[in-house]
Amino acid sequence: MAAITIEGVSKRFGAAMALEQLDLTVADGEFVALLGPSGCGKTTLLRIIAGLETRSSGRVLIGDRDVSDLPPAQRGLAMVFQNYAVFPHLTVFENVAFGLRMQKRDEATIDRQVKRAADLLQIGPYLDRYPAKLSGGQRQRVAVARALAVEPAVLLMDEPLSNLDALLRLEMRAELKSVLKEAGTTTLYVTHDQTEAMGLADRIAVMHKGVIEQIDEPTRIYSKPSSLFVGGFVGSPPMNFLNLVASGGSLACDGFSMPLTHQGPVLLGFRGEDVALVEASRGVGFEVKVIEPMGSHLLLTGVVNGERIRVVAPPQADIARGMTIGLQLDAARVVVMDTQTGKAL
Amino acid sequence: MTKPAGSSFKGWLYGSGVAVLCVWVLLPIGLIGLGAFGGRPAVYQWPKTLMPASLSLDQLAVFLKIDGVWNAALNSVLAASMTMVMALLLGAPAGYALARFSFRGATMFRLMILLTRAFPLAILALPLTVLFIRAGLYDTAFGVSLVHTALALPFAAMITASLFAGIPRELEEAAWVFGCTRWQAFVKVVLPLALPGMAAAAIFAFVISWNEVFAASVLTVQQRTLTAYLLTVLSESPLHYRFAGGFILIVPSVVFIFAVRRYLFALWGVTSR
Repeated sequence: MAAITIEGVSKRFGAAMALEQLDLTVADGEFVALLGPSGCGKTTLLRIIAGLETRSSGRVLIGDRDVSDLPPAQRGLAMVFQNYAVFPHLTVFENVAFGLRMQKRDEATIDRQVKRAADLLQIGPYLDRYPAKLSGGQRQRVAVARALAVEPAVLLMDEPLSNLDALLRLEMRAELKSVLKEAGTTTLYVTHDQTEAMGLADRIAVMHKGVIEQIDEPTRIYSKPSSLFVGGFVGSPPMNFLNLVASGGSLACDGFSMPLTHQGPVLLGFRGEDVALVEASRGVGFEVKVIEPMGSHLLLTGVVNGERIRVVAPPQADIARGMTIGLQLDAARVVVMDTQTGKAL
Repeated sequence: MTKPAGSSFKGWLYGSGVAVLCVWVLLPIGLIGLGAFGGRPAVYQWPKTLMPASLSLDQLAVFLKIDGVWNAALNSVLAASMTMVMALLLGAPAGYALARFSFRGATMFRLMILLTRAFPLAILALPLTVLFIRAGLYDTAFGVSLVHTALALPFAAMITASLFAGIPRELEEAAWVFGCTRWQAFVKVVLPLALPGMAAAAIFAFVISWNEVFAASVLTVQQRTLTAYLLTVLSESPLHYRFAGGFILIVPSVVFIFAVRRYLFALWGVTSR
């Protein structure tokens, strides 16, 4: 086991900056998810750590070892690829054993480690088969087993679940979490799927345009986003933002006020489920435009002061289209951001 | 069940096009076969029949007893084998580079590879002969195979490039991550997956050398390859012996090409499976 330390890593593709002076530490045994939209540089970062991509500057350390200039083989890590990259000409057993054979382990060790990884991923019955005879989910398991069999110091995963169908993804997600917790492997996991990141990770690093916007525990990423981007990217529905002007030591709109030392235009962010629905006169006026019954809740889309807002209501709430209701905000559960910089105050 | 007139006309055009091509290729082969097995009467008989009146292997047997045929055949096999090995050893790395690396002028390089085929060998014949005599390569199977390698190399490079491009890069990357050097990853992962196609490329190179007659005729005197030898010997022989010789020359190439046709289609971007 080992920690991953990334110090000031940059990557340029011609004139375009893919990664900009990026710092990140993944503690020993920790599971960190790199979350971001496509093109944010998360896969590039992962590939730089793996040694599959060159960096323009900076250092990558695994444990205390500077691996920046080592070839992938000497970095002591394992990786699970988006399209699994299971070797089609080898049996499942030989696929899982591949890394161990490269390390020149003896047959008994190989056999034991392969069996253990296979048991963990429940692919024991398929060890003699060739990958062509396996389903997508089974291939995925082989890829994970191959990575775990070498007992790597560090495990890198590049969108490993994105090629599975929704139901299988849900199942594999829970399984992956329990398997990795048991193995205790330091894991860096790239995904664009926020539910995966929220469900799996100890910490989430939200990436945007080559920089890490915020790195924190999933619940804090969700409730206390540090920037407009994080609030808008994480959560479904995304965080609501109201354009307000702060003055005289407080931030207020009709039906809501909180103390704020900042002066000038700000954005007030709040989650759709963090509001209490009250009579129109007692809160921020919210005109309901669309009602979507989601089963567990109602998703209301409407306007406050001409700005579009989404809030969540209990499934039985007596709400009709066109009604104006009041939203009561909890000052402890809102974030205030600078309109200019988009950063939390 | 009414088809639009246009599509049935197109279908007819397509069908007749295929038929013309088939006749174009198969008719000469059929006639050669007829002459080779039917003997003198089949060669001069008119109108031709589909099967000769009497089948016999006499022509083929007599042909195989001609002085020097076996030596020429041996030279052909030698030259073709060396061509096969050299074309693959030189062509596969070029194909790998074309498939895996994006470098300045890659498209140009690809074009230049094919353009070498546009260069007429006849212009090179004299300088090559002089050069080969000086270098002591004249009248050797190795010398012939050098020229044949130059002819087969473009195809070897292009076929292997399309083979390597068809093997996902991630497989190689996975091999690197799990402890392979670049070379090990190539040997353990890429090569086994490319092997059937590589065999096809090798056979194709073999056939190119086996069929080639001009360079072989110019660059040899005693150690002729089969094609070059037949060209000189059979010009004096009766027609049905020529047919027998021609038949023996054609058969290996047709069989080989038929065996590897799938990979040759892939070369030209026609997917088949």
